[in-house]
Amino acid sequence: MKVDWNTFWPRILEATGQTITMVIFTLIFGAILGLVIGLLLFVTRKGNILENAFIFSLLNIAINIIRPVPFIIFLVTISPFTRAVIGTTIGTWAAIFPMTIVAAFVIARVVENNLVAVDPGIIEAAKAMGASPVQIIVGVLIMEALGPLILGLTFMTVALIDFSAMAGTVGGGGLGDLAMTYGYQRFDGSVMLVTIVVLIILVQIAQFLGNTVSRKFLRR
Amino acid sequence: MIKFESVSKTFLSQKKAVNAVDNVSLSIAKGEIYGVIGFSGAGKSTLLRLVNLLEKPTSGRVVVNDRDVTSIPSRELRQLRRRIGMIFQTFNLFNSRTVYGNIAYPLKLARIPKDQIKARVAELLSFVGLEDKADQYPEQLSGGQKQRVGIARALATSPDILICDEATSALDPETTGEILKLLKRVNEEYKITILLITHEMHVIRSICDRVAVMENGRVIEEGQVFDIFANPQKQTTRNFISSVQNDKLSPKLLETLKKSHKGRLYRIVFRGGATSEPILSQTARKYNADFNIIYGSINELQGQLFGSLIVEFPERTPQLEPLIHELSQNVEVREVIDHES
Repeated sequence: MKVDWNTFWPRILEATGQTITMVIFTLIFGAILGLVIGLLLFVTRKGNILENAFIFSLLNIAINIIRPVPFIIFLVTISPFTRAVIGTTIGTWAAIFPMTIVAAFVIARVVENNLVAVDPGIIEAAKAMGASPVQIIVGVLIMEALGPLILGLTFMTVALIDFSAMAGTVGGGGLGDLAMTYGYQRFDGSVMLVTIVVLIILVQIAQFLGNTVSRKFLRR
Repeated sequence: MIKFESVSKTFLSQKKAVNAVDNVSLSIAKGEIYGVIGFSGAGKSTLLRLVNLLEKPTSGRVVVNDRDVTSIPSRELRQLRRRIGMIFQTFNLFNSRTVYGNIAYPLKLARIPKDQIKARVAELLSFVGLEDKADQYPEQLSGGQKQRVGIARALATSPDILICDEATSALDPETTGEILKLLKRVNEEYKITILLITHEMHVIRSICDRVAVMENGRVIEEGQVFDIFANPQKQTTRNFISSVQNDKLSPKLLETLKKSHKGRLYRIVFRGGATSEPILSQTARKYNADFNIIYGSINELQGQLFGSLIVEFPERTPQLEPLIHELSQNVEVREVIDHES
């Protein structure tokens, strides 16, 4: 089948917009939620400032349950929650909700790992200066881990571009959806090629931005 | 200033109780430099952390500035910690902040206005001699410069006490000397009481007024640095002293010396005033005896001289017994027969 290139380019543009929308909103919500969960995970760790075995294992198990589930399965499984929160299970926002949940838990792990890597001696120094737990978390822990945290978020962004391809199954649109319906299901290699090129460009831009920003904060 | 009253700290490791600090009582006076020396695992690092309650004692009291810190509420504890500066072996600077940012941080915590912070940081930078490094990051500094920043940061809130956790152990000998000089200046110019821990006896010898020797969580010996050096009671203390005072004879050296010196060997120890009198030569002349100094050292300790010599008197010396007897009226004399531990 021949592609009508006159209607195709606007469609590519629209799909790119949808992908970017999904990724950016997911990233914002996911990062905020992930930072909170990651911090909770870190401070409730054994031997840490707000040690709490119950909260720690609860979050830890939640992460370990959500992360291994294939995203497309997860998308379908939590659709009742999506309906309850968003009001619908169809459309871009219906895709953003499950993406945010998964992103939050992955980011939580990234946050925890990077905070654990902060030299405990630096935390001890801040404590010895009379810093409160909140001051230590905000002014020391996050500041010290900022470089690797931004790299972690960049990694997440690239993964989200990948996740967004699945959004098509709930009518979320996006480049992945375009590639599936026009390229794969209609056997049109040229459409597939164009979407792939656009996706690659998006990933390159995300990685370039991430590297540039993180370099400003990487100090060791 | 700082008082440990029967303080113990027990850690549980793998269901086994470890007495890191075992019933320690010490008193550090205002304005002095007090050193605690011990091998790693002796408990000195834990002892130091009891002062600003980074570790909580299992029993006993720690009194700082006449306040029992063990029962202090957390808000007041944070206030108290601003009165106690702390520096570390690995410096523990904030890598994400510049030199300026590091020194300003404790002042920000204390909610000091920005212009005052600026003035104070400038003052501290000139005190530690790093005026030109304000905008650099710790990764750009050498070890000695990092410790200077650490010291400036610890002094930012004008504390009464500075506690030093192996502050020179990660530095080369020359830089160690510079940092020790700086600590001495901190003590003299700012009148700050310093409590330091170390495993290096030369640190104690260079700047401390008093010293405590720790082993297995206990203080085994304590006193004025000069007295401890001059008259150590415990083997561990002697080992530490011989690490900086090369006056002990190894079995091998003794054997060599005995081969080339057939006379009788005596160790003569001078302390304080005895070093300024020509006691050895006066006494020898009186008995018309020859002597030969074959080994020894003289050190300065807290402004006093401290010497230890090994002297050979020829076998044929007449009246050797009365000579030795008279010598021992003024200085410590003992015959070297076997190798000394």
